[in-house]
Amino acid sequence: MLQLFKFKGGVKPQTNKTQSVAAPIGVAPLPSRLFVPLHQSIGGTPRPLVQTGERVLKGQLIGAADGWISSAVHAPTSGTVRAIAEHVAAHPSGLTTLSVEIEPDGRDEWIARTPIDHGAMAPEAVRERLREAGVVGLGGAVFPTHGKLTASKTVPMEELVINGAECEPYITCDDLLMRERAEEVIRGVGVFRDLLQPKRVLIGIEDNKPEAVAALQAAVARLGEDFAVVAVPTLYPAGGAKQLIRVLTGKEVPSTKRSTDLGVQCFNVATAYTAWRAVAHGEPVVSRIVTLTGNVERPRNWEALLGTPLSEFVALGAPKPDTDGYLMGGPMMGFAMPGMDAPLVKATNCIIASSPTLFPPKAPEMPCIRCGECAKVCPHELQPFELYWFSRAKNFGKTQEYHIFDCIECGCCSFVCPSRIPLVQYFRFAKSEIWAREKEKNAADQAKARFEWKTERDEREKAEKAEKLAKAAAAQAAKKAAEAAAAAAAGADASAAPAADAPVDAEAAKKAAIAAALERARAQREAAAPKNTEQLTPAQQREIAAVDALRRQAGIEPAADPAPAEEPKP
Amino acid sequence: MLQVLAALLPGVAAYVWIFGPVILVQLALATATALAAEAAMLKLREKPQAMFLADGSAVVTAWLIALTFPPLSPWWLIVTGTLFAIVVAKHLYGGLGQNPFNPAMVAFAVCIVSFPALMSQWPAVGLKVAFADQVGVVFGLLPRVDAISGATPLDTLKTALKLEDGQFSVAQLLANQDVFGFFAGRGWEWVAGGYLLGGLWLWQRGIVTWHAPLGFIAGLSLLAGGLWLYNPAQFANPLFHLFSGGAMLGAWFIVTDPVSGCTTPRGKLIFGVAAGVLAYVIRVFGGYPDGVAFAVLLMNLCAPLIDLYTQPAIFGMKDKS
Ligand code: SF4
Ligand code: SF4
Repeated sequence: MLQLFKFKGGVKPQTNKTQSVAAPIGVAPLPSRLFVPLHQSIGGTPRPLVQTGERVLKGQLIGAADGWISSAVHAPTSGTVRAIAEHVAAHPSGLTTLSVEIEPDGRDEWIARTPIDHGAMAPEAVRERLREAGVVGLGGAVFPTHGKLTASKTVPMEELVINGAECEPYITCDDLLMRERAEEVIRGVGVFRDLLQPKRVLIGIEDNKPEAVAALQAAVARLGEDFAVVAVPTLYPAGGAKQLIRVLTGKEVPSTKRSTDLGVQCFNVATAYTAWRAVAHGEPVVSRIVTLTGNVERPRNWEALLGTPLSEFVALGAPKPDTDGYLMGGPMMGFAMPGMDAPLVKATNCIIASSPTLFPPKAPEMPCIRCGECAKVCPHELQPFELYWFSRAKNFGKTQEYHIFDCIECGCCSFVCPSRIPLVQYFRFAKSEIWAREKEKNAADQAKARFEWKTERDEREKAEKAEKLAKAAAAQAAKKAAEAAAAAAAGADASAAPAADAPVDAEAAKKAAIAAALERARAQREAAAPKNTEQLTPAQQREIAAVDALRRQAGIEPAADPAPAEEPKP
Repeated sequence: MLQVLAALLPGVAAYVWIFGPVILVQLALATATALAAEAAMLKLREKPQAMFLADGSAVVTAWLIALTFPPLSPWWLIVTGTLFAIVVAKHLYGGLGQNPFNPAMVAFAVCIVSFPALMSQWPAVGLKVAFADQVGVVFGLLPRVDAISGATPLDTLKTALKLEDGQFSVAQLLANQDVFGFFAGRGWEWVAGGYLLGGLWLWQRGIVTWHAPLGFIAGLSLLAGGLWLYNPAQFANPLFHLFSGGAMLGAWFIVTDPVSGCTTPRGKLIFGVAAGVLAYVIRVFGGYPDGVAFAVLLMNLCAPLIDLYTQPAIFGMKDKS
């Protein structure tokens, strides 16, 4: 029996999961329009590869990964591209993002899919396949999966942790995925295992999902793998990657380190599933399982195409008349969808219809009484009330001293606060302010650097100009001096008149001195300049001479200096 | 907050039994004053009233004031103390959650400095005075005769030890004077026991953690115990100190005040121990009959600093390797 560890803090909200597990995963019908955002994962924004009016096939690449930490985007079904334009995003801000609008043709026609045999391929090629297939963390963080599949060079890979905890209330998409498609999940885990070569593979599932545990255990046995499927205590946020790693391995991953530095890596079960589809079926990520629950007549899990507008998706569940909004994600960490046009994306694990009875408006916020309840439940052992205090006071330096960036925004603190302070909102505000300032500062630094560089360039140019002018003047003077000298010599030769000689001599001497100085400077410059034709060995000289002779023969080049193209290396 | 009030009930019950039901009048007086002052201040500060009044924090302050002031204090003394606590110590500092000092202790300190005589006259236990007469004294209808009030056991002991200058040992004093009971002040033992009971209940319910109360009790007993072992004739035993004066009330209901106390677990412990030590030093060597209030106020001053230096290590940062 595996020894389990505890993480500090945590809360036990009502799970509300039974409503949506009664029916099996349904396949959502094709919507009338799809709005596929190009930016669906952490990292660079993919470049659009299609044009308005173009016909696309299901699975066709429409956005190419931009940069290593970025992930490709594909057409979820066959149809016609109607627009590539800004469209409201599934984000609390209600901001828009560049999206490809596709009108399905109803045929759902696939591109040619090419499975790969990942065992016979180089790891880089497998990672590249995952990147091209748009595989990202489907647990909600949407980090490009290929970026996590390289073991640390210095620390041996010990544990691969697979996250099936799904601890947020209401959400059941991973639960049903594990129940219904256990074998493919396990095969996907096998792909990760092959890439990372860990000593152990641990699959953690909250113990309120016995069916999922049983299904995965059966699949592991069937496939002859040695993965440990472990039921972990039901305690929010056991499904936070760091919490699950702590529970299963006892290791705590600090915010300053990556988990691979401690020899652990963690993936969500749904990610493993899509990785397997990409490898063994050549299918990119074009759909995902989304829980539709809350204030609806028919709560259920649906396999829905990415880009499905919220309005068409929620219709599947028949929302009750008093529905007043839709949450994406769970009640602890989720946010209100900004509009009915907002599409489902890779990060959409759950849509909860809300109503005043389901989520009664919160009683007004009261002052913090420093009761410390929030600190007791914080799984990262922070002091939320101090963070709150400093966030409110906009003392962002202090919030960083109190480790605001260690906050995983799990919402435990807000959940227990007797003064009903929406602590997480304050923290999100503080974090975004700090980022904004950082950005501003960077921008300012860059502007400063640009300015300094420009000033320097101006000065340099000025100096060069001055030098040029001086040179020109000097050349002029030298010429004059030479002429004068010649004239003087001629005069001396002709008449040998010493009377005319003296003043000219003084002038000429000065000019000659300048000319000499210039000559010296030129010689110096030339000495400093690299010369690759110096100190040639006799053999080389012979070679050059031969080449030159050939050239002259061919009439390419007049017999000037040795060609610099033939740089002999000493 | 309601649970805190509930936890005070055993102590209040013992109090009624020992000193008579007049304390109920004082509690009512303080509560009414506190609520009225709170409402007025909220109105002035343009804050929603119902919500804040319902939070119970003003009532807790009122009860602590009523329970720490002598039960026969004139009505205006209680009212003044409560007003001061709510208006100055709480709202002028920004209201709930912002006050650096425990308002009830501020009231106590202000009143004992301003009216030392009135604040140290406690009714002699066992002297049965009719309820009507007690109320009469409180409202100034009856003369305040010394016969019905005197110094607290703590004060009596201190004065006796000082005045007689070594003539009597603690043991003798305790045995001979009837202000003393089994092991502490007569009757006071029961009241303190009541508070202890309520405090343990709060702890068991998870309302308070063990750190501050245990720290306070430990700080007080260790110092008391050390000196008692050193010279039992001059220093009373720890049990006497724990069950006299405001020690138990302080341990469970005052040093546990979240707003003005420490918040980190280690901070709470330090806060408790230091307050316990200070309380002992002030009550035994200082000029006041009891030291809890001043000890707590002094520690309130240090709380932010203690908090700053006792930040617990955060997730993943425990082993500094
Ligand atoms: S739980 Fe709320 S009231 Fe209590 S300390 Fe935390 S923020 Fe303050
Ligand atoms: S939201 Fe942040 S501060 Fe609050 S409990 Fe979670 S990790 Fe701690």
